[in-house]
Amino acid sequence: MDHLNGMWAGIPANLQSFILTTLAVIGVMLAVIMAVAFSTLAERKVIGYMQLRRGPNRISLFGLPILRGLAQPFADVIKLLLKEFLIPANADRKLFLIAPLIVLVPALTAWAVIPFSPEFVLADINAGLLFILALTSLGVYGVILAGWAANSKYAFLGAMRSAAQMVAYELAMGFAIVGVLMAAGSLNLGEIVRAQAALPANGLSLGGFGSWNWFWLFPLFIVYFISGVAETNRAPFDVAEGESEIVAGFHVEYSGAAFATLFALPEYANMILISALAALMFLGGWLSPFQGYVPDAWGIAQPSFFWLFLKICAFIFVYLWIRATFPRYRYDQIMRLGWKVLIPVTLVWLAVEGVMVWLKVGPWA
Amino acid sequence: MASVRSLLKTFFLTELLVGMSVTIRQFFAPKVTLNYPEEKAPQSPRFRGLHALRRYPNGQERCIACKLCEAVCPALAITIDSDVGEDGTRRTTRYDIDLFKCIYCGFCEEACPVDAIVETRIHEYHMENRGENIMTKDKLLAIGERYESMIAADKAADAPYR
Repeated sequence: MDHLNGMWAGIPANLQSFILTTLAVIGVMLAVIMAVAFSTLAERKVIGYMQLRRGPNRISLFGLPILRGLAQPFADVIKLLLKEFLIPANADRKLFLIAPLIVLVPALTAWAVIPFSPEFVLADINAGLLFILALTSLGVYGVILAGWAANSKYAFLGAMRSAAQMVAYELAMGFAIVGVLMAAGSLNLGEIVRAQAALPANGLSLGGFGSWNWFWLFPLFIVYFISGVAETNRAPFDVAEGESEIVAGFHVEYSGAAFATLFALPEYANMILISALAALMFLGGWLSPFQGYVPDAWGIAQPSFFWLFLKICAFIFVYLWIRATFPRYRYDQIMRLGWKVLIPVTLVWLAVEGVMVWLKVGPWA
Repeated sequence: MASVRSLLKTFFLTELLVGMSVTIRQFFAPKVTLNYPEEKAPQSPRFRGLHALRRYPNGQERCIACKLCEAVCPALAITIDSDVGEDGTRRTTRYDIDLFKCIYCGFCEEACPVDAIVETRIHEYHMENRGENIMTKDKLLAIGERYESMIAADKAADAPYR
């Protein structure tokens, strides 16, 4: 041990920090990928249960007779990796291969600025929220390119739908985030969470979960989550996929490993990302819901990654719950909802919030 | 007024929340799926599965080659040839059922005056080669011998209603 410590001390300081950062990045990547794997399982389980089925319950981890079905995602990944990857004869080969990467990379990069706990964040940058907005919007280029490169009318239709939908919902989402910015006065996600803490200085604060943003920004919270569902192309806004109308939309021509790692993975990674952002911006991120209700010394009042994890899981569950409940929107209905309902609602609430800030009502006064 | 109420209902997502409450109740409801190979749905003694030819307890074939089953079979799945047996009785020399033609209607079983041809409760069977779909007399008799206890019990259970 001493020997290893000696070796470590012998490494130059900037190389040390490089190694530590690399390890942290790999750790976060692996965690996200594992979360994606298990959210595919959760999806099948939750939707199965809501349809009075059992969902996958055969493949157990290491052959143990408990928690059967838990190893299903690994079996799925192995199956998909072993499958043949086809490139359609008339496809644009380069774009066809690059497009999935353009979807994948932003979906994973965005995790760099997510603060997982009060101490741990990969890149504590001040424009974190802006960074995330920019990256999540980049993903749509991958979708459009995939639809175009496949040279298939279904893929192209899916890509067009996806593009128009993204534009419509990006706006509502942006406005909802503006509300959060007004409340927190910062673009740094860590600061946004800290601003939601139950502090004695916040006179009107209800303490614990009552002091989080969802209470004062409730309409924005709902709008944010709805546009988040639309942004990730999830049911009931999954017209870009629309398996009953346009087969599978933009990824109809993709198969095997490219489909698994490059479209299924970003979809779930984005879903978890939107959940994490909703938790950070509206549900106080890593803050404990009991803070202010029980003595601060108690474990359950301490801020920790556990609370963020719990909140992300809750949002993922709502995602799956929504998918199990609602039929797909018709395309024009999606456009109408985005432009004529969500954007006006956010605008009105921004005005209300402005008045509240001006009159010094609410916790952020 | 009605339109205002409908607008409010839409705006506050009332209907959507009602829908979500339905699915969350189903989420906690007991699941009806059976884990198939381990759990199986209950079967009636009248279940019509794979065919069998029976024998009397003394080992004599029940079938007297009356060809009523062949005549009643709506799918023309049964083919019978007959001859005089060694003991001077009328016996089948050939009794084939084509399982691809059979529609498992159970008419053969009903038509049989001596309860020779029956449909058992066996329903998990498969064929791996061409021609295995033809159930010959030997195969049918073998099934009958192997599952005689099950067939007899099913016949006894159904007897009061026949």
